[in-house]
Amino acid sequence: MSTSRREFLMVGTKLLVMTAATRSALAHVLAGTPEQVDTYTAAEHWWAMVIDIEKCIGGGNCVKACKDENDVLNEPMYFRTWVERYHVNSADAEHPVVDSPNGAYDGFPEAYAEGEGKTFFVPKMCNHCVDSPCTQVCPVGATFVTVDGVVLVDKEYCIGCRYCVQACPYGCRYIDPRTHTADKCTLCYHRITKGLLPACVEVCPTGARQLADLKNPRDPVHEFLRTHPIQVLKPQMATGAKIFYNGLDGAVR
Amino acid sequence: MEGFMYPNELELQWSILIVLYPFITGLVAGAFILASLERVFNVEAVKPTYRLALLTALSFMLVAPLPLQLHLGHPERSFEMLLTPHTTSAMAMFGYVYLWYLMVVLVVEIWLDYRKDLVLAWHRSTGLTRLFYKVLTLGSGNISAGALKVDDTVGRIVTIVGIPSAFLLHGYVGFIFGSVKANPWWSTPMMPIVFLFSAIVSGIAAVLVLYIVITAWRGAHLDMACIDTIGRYLFYAFLIDFSLEMIDLIHRIYEADESFRSLDFMVHTRLFVSQIVIQIIVGTLIPIAMLALVQLMRLPERVRTWIYLSSGILTLAGIFAMRWNVVIGGQLFSKSFLGYTTYKLEFATREGLLPAILVMVLPFIILALLIRLLPPWATARASVPAVTEVA
Amino acid sequence: MKFRDVEHLFRLAAIFLAAVLVFAIARAELVPKDFGKYGHYRPAAIDDVRARPIRHAGQKACAECHVDVIETRMSARHKALPCETCHGPLARHATGDDDTKVAIPEITPLCIRCHAARTGKPKQFPRVDVKEHAGDQKCMDCHKPHNPGIEQ
Repeated sequence: MSTSRREFLMVGTKLLVMTAATRSALAHVLAGTPEQVDTYTAAEHWWAMVIDIEKCIGGGNCVKACKDENDVLNEPMYFRTWVERYHVNSADAEHPVVDSPNGAYDGFPEAYAEGEGKTFFVPKMCNHCVDSPCTQVCPVGATFVTVDGVVLVDKEYCIGCRYCVQACPYGCRYIDPRTHTADKCTLCYHRITKGLLPACVEVCPTGARQLADLKNPRDPVHEFLRTHPIQVLKPQMATGAKIFYNGLDGAVR
Repeated sequence: MEGFMYPNELELQWSILIVLYPFITGLVAGAFILASLERVFNVEAVKPTYRLALLTALSFMLVAPLPLQLHLGHPERSFEMLLTPHTTSAMAMFGYVYLWYLMVVLVVEIWLDYRKDLVLAWHRSTGLTRLFYKVLTLGSGNISAGALKVDDTVGRIVTIVGIPSAFLLHGYVGFIFGSVKANPWWSTPMMPIVFLFSAIVSGIAAVLVLYIVITAWRGAHLDMACIDTIGRYLFYAFLIDFSLEMIDLIHRIYEADESFRSLDFMVHTRLFVSQIVIQIIVGTLIPIAMLALVQLMRLPERVRTWIYLSSGILTLAGIFAMRWNVVIGGQLFSKSFLGYTTYKLEFATREGLLPAILVMVLPFIILALLIRLLPPWATARASVPAVTEVA
Repeated sequence: MKFRDVEHLFRLAAIFLAAVLVFAIARAELVPKDFGKYGHYRPAAIDDVRARPIRHAGQKACAECHVDVIETRMSARHKALPCETCHGPLARHATGDDDTKVAIPEITPLCIRCHAARTGKPKQFPRVDVKEHAGDQKCMDCHKPHNPGIEQ
């Protein structure tokens, strides 16, 4: 009898603890949903991201996580983020060999012997430009820069003219064949406004991707930007891109 | 795919329908400019084509939104361009520029020019046709000398306003491409100007060909002074257009910026037939040579007529190829300058070859209808002289 | 110039005016009232984006229940590797929405994704030639993912 009561107590306590823990986890994940009180003030944030090329190992976990999180069509032509592998033979820096097999959804296959030329990985995504050319050309106001610096698409308003896709110098936009509207990386806006990290940042095994809030004086991004050589993609386009790369090679397109 | 393209670039965004749209609005603008030659600049010789040019412009103008609607992901939301046009976007002005040009320029000018014929048609018809013409006259039957003089003056003002409007109608399309800094094939200040002059060339060629074909079909007499004059204007416009395109090309080759090698390779491979063969040789150099021949030598009427007809048709093919090379060409190469893709033109899909053909045939059907309802020339049976001047 | 002679132009103008009026009324009805409040867009669009479902729970949520596993991992070489990198999106599991047992992921492709040689990884990153290293065996035959080091 005592054993079964002990068992009961053990199982019961475990259940209680688990329920309490689940509730706490639930609360953690749900914090900030429309049902709860919304404490997010957009004007207090200015979102950006830092990508450290020296840390990226081309695992492609970010690509998979993004597609899982954002319900992106899993076909080889639609990516909110992807990773490119650059291989530069020392003699020919102007002609890198670049590949991105299915956007690196499954990582990269073997291709280059160790020590042969220079190989590195470049994760790419929407640069959430301050002077966003895609926003400039939208004829109806279906894509826009939010107060906190994230470029979003209004799927109820987009007419699917594809002008924004043409105007993006980075190739980060596409038309979702299911909704016939423009689609792209949202910096996981639904997550960052609830204190969570974007999915790609969450799963990166080496910490190559870091979310940054430039308006937060205590954000480590400020120190990082001050102590590393930082580049944005296609700076000559003057888009005000906010994805800052550390260690970006000149061969990167 | 050849080489490397950003993963989202493999699929072309703008299809043959987007090639057709500037081609069609180009014909509208060009035909209107030809009409304005007579109305504003008093080039009397082209008067026989005045009404035909306006009806041609109207036919193509009515069809112009169709390729766009077929292309949009949400055509049912396209009116948003009228409700909340984003003033930083060149495309946003489409709704207003289109409506302005269609309603205020074309329709008003045609109405003013045809008003006397409409009133006379109203009075001599019966039944439904009578009601039809009455509605077109807006119920006003005043065709006195005074009223017609007012029409003529206002019509002239509308045409004068129409010329910059035509430039805007087609020029903004050139700017849509020319202002995309992300795409080096498109991004040049020359784009709206090249678009406009090629539009003028295509419009003049279209009216020239239509006039020759319709006149032959009617068994009527071809006004040689008219087509000689049009042929001359076509020649001049072509010289300007060709020079502008050559400036762009030579400039690109000379400066050879980071995009040059990639674009050069694309032109020599994927665009060789459409650009070198069709646009430049068949569509520009040969027609210019033929038209130059007419200017330099004294040729018999039949020969001249055949030269105008064939050079006009080759010109239209060349200008279409130019639109193709700009729109499709601009999407065949990667913005990484490391790769190329191909355009898969399907047949019976929403943006395929079949709808494209139907879109191009429809204006001619509309034109045939308009010519029946609003005859551009006096016919033997009509008691309605198709005059534009008041005695 | 008599009014009679320009009267038809007034009829035309009346039609245009009527069209403009219809347009103005349509616009007032169809455009959302707060359009343009923060910029040239519908503010409701932001709410639409924020209402997207959360799929990844984040490590903090995992730690609420699985703190022992996390402690094991944190003391070994995979300490910087978040849970969902290998286990996939688990928000529904963490919130109890989905109480089906979470499957152990297919480990070998996950390991290869990061650790295969000759793919271009940085010099100091642990890489193996998979065939040479493991032959026909699976990675988990020798390495435990939460503590991948092999005790000598």
